[in-house]
Amino acid sequence: MKTALIACGALAGEVVALKEKHGWNAQVFALPALLHNSPDRIPPAVLTRIREARRDFDQVVVVYGDCGTGGQLDALLEREAVKRIRGPHCYEIYGHPIFNELMEREPGTFFLTDFLVTHFDRLVMEELGLDRFPQLREDYFANYTRAVHLVQRPDPHLAVKAQQAAEKLNLPLEIRYVGYGALESRLLELIGTQ
Amino acid sequence: MSEELEITELETSELLEIIHDCLYDGMAEDVVAGVKELLRRGMSPYDTLTQGLVAGMDIVGVDFRDGILFVPEVLMAAKAMKAGMAILRPLLAETGAPAIGTMVIGTVKGDIHDIGKNLVTMMMEGAGFKVVDLGINNDADKFIQAVREHQTDILGMSALLTTTMPYMKVVIQALKEAGLRDKVVVLVGGAPVNAPFAEAIQADAYCRDASVAVQTAKKLLAEKRNQVMVG
Repeated sequence: MKTALIACGALAGEVVALKEKHGWNAQVFALPALLHNSPDRIPPAVLTRIREARRDFDQVVVVYGDCGTGGQLDALLEREAVKRIRGPHCYEIYGHPIFNELMEREPGTFFLTDFLVTHFDRLVMEELGLDRFPQLREDYFANYTRAVHLVQRPDPHLAVKAQQAAEKLNLPLEIRYVGYGALESRLLELIGTQ
Repeated sequence: MSEELEITELETSELLEIIHDCLYDGMAEDVVAGVKELLRRGMSPYDTLTQGLVAGMDIVGVDFRDGILFVPEVLMAAKAMKAGMAILRPLLAETGAPAIGTMVIGTVKGDIHDIGKNLVTMMMEGAGFKVVDLGINNDADKFIQAVREHQTDILGMSALLTTTMPYMKVVIQALKEAGLRDKVVVLVGGAPVNAPFAEAIQADAYCRDASVAVQTAKKLLAEKRNQVMVG
C-alpha cells in the first residue's frame, strides 16, 4: 500500500527520517510551517494536497496537530475520511509524555524544536517583527519564564543556536532530549510496519 | 511631526490625519505630541480619543483584517495608542463620562498569551467601556468572582493554545451554575478559536480581532438591554 504523508514543514524532516528508518512505502509532502501564523489557512492547504495525493496513492495520512485550527482541520479530515496523527501540536507530539507535566509546572514555557532552532531567526525573530522592532520583545515574551529545547537529535551546533535563541528572548534555557517523542509511535499506529 | 512648531500651524483636520498616520506607523512620541496639541486647541478629551486615536486604530484594524498590516505593525500602533491614552485617561476620568458598559476580560487557565487580550482591552476602553483586566491564567472562580464584583455586562475570554481553549467551556458552565450566564454577554477570541467553537461552548460570539470585539460588544449589549426593556 502506497501512502502519502502530508506533513507540516516543521515535522517533515523527521517524518522523512522515520520513513527511511521503517522502510515505509510512502512519500512525504510538506506544507510551509509558516501557515501556523494564519491557522485558518491550514485546512484548505491540506485539502489541496489530499486531493492531489489521492490520484497516485492508496492512502493519505496527515501529519499535523490541530495546530490552532480550533477543530477545523479535524472536521475537514472527517469529511474526507483521512486520518491524522494524534496530538494538538508538534510540541506535545515531540514532548509526550513529559509535555503536560512541563506545561502544568510552568505555563510560561516557550518550546523550541530542532526545526525551530534551525530557523529561529526567520520564523521567530522576523515573523514577530523583533528584527525591526526589538522593543516588542516584552509584549510577546513578558509572561514567559523559560525556553525548553525539545531535542530531536543531539547536535553541538544546534545546542549553541538554541542557547543563542533563548538569549534573544531573554529566557533561561532548559534542554530535554526527547528524540522523536510520540511522532514515531503515533505514525506507526497509522501506517503500521508494512 | 516631531517639531511642535509645525503641528501648531496645521488645520485640526490635517492634524487628525497626521495622528492617524503616526498611529499607523507606530510613532508613539508623535502621537503624544498630536494629542497634546489637540487638547491645547480646546478639543475635548473624548473627541480627541474618538477622532484621533480610535479613528486611527480603526484604519489599522481594517488593514490588519485585509492582510496589509501584520501583528508586529499592529502592536507598534497599539503602543502608540497606549501612549496617547496615557495622556487622555486621567482627563477622561475627570470629565466623569459614564462608561457604556463594563467588561471583565482575561486569558483562561493555563494560557499566558495576552497580546490579543491587551489589544481588546485598549480598544474597548477607547470605545467607552470600563474594562476590568484580570490578566493571564485565570481559573473559573476568578472569572466568576470578578463578574459578581463589577456588575459586569460583558465577559471576554482569550486563549492562544488548542490545549487551553476548552477551558472557556468550563468557565461558561461555572457561570451557569452560579446563575450568572444570562446576566452577561460572553465573547471569546484567540488564534485557535472560531465561530463553530464559540457556538459549541455556548458563548455569545467569537471575535476575530479587537475591532470586531468592540463592534460585537456594542451590538450584543444593545440587544440585551432592549430585551430587558421589552421584557
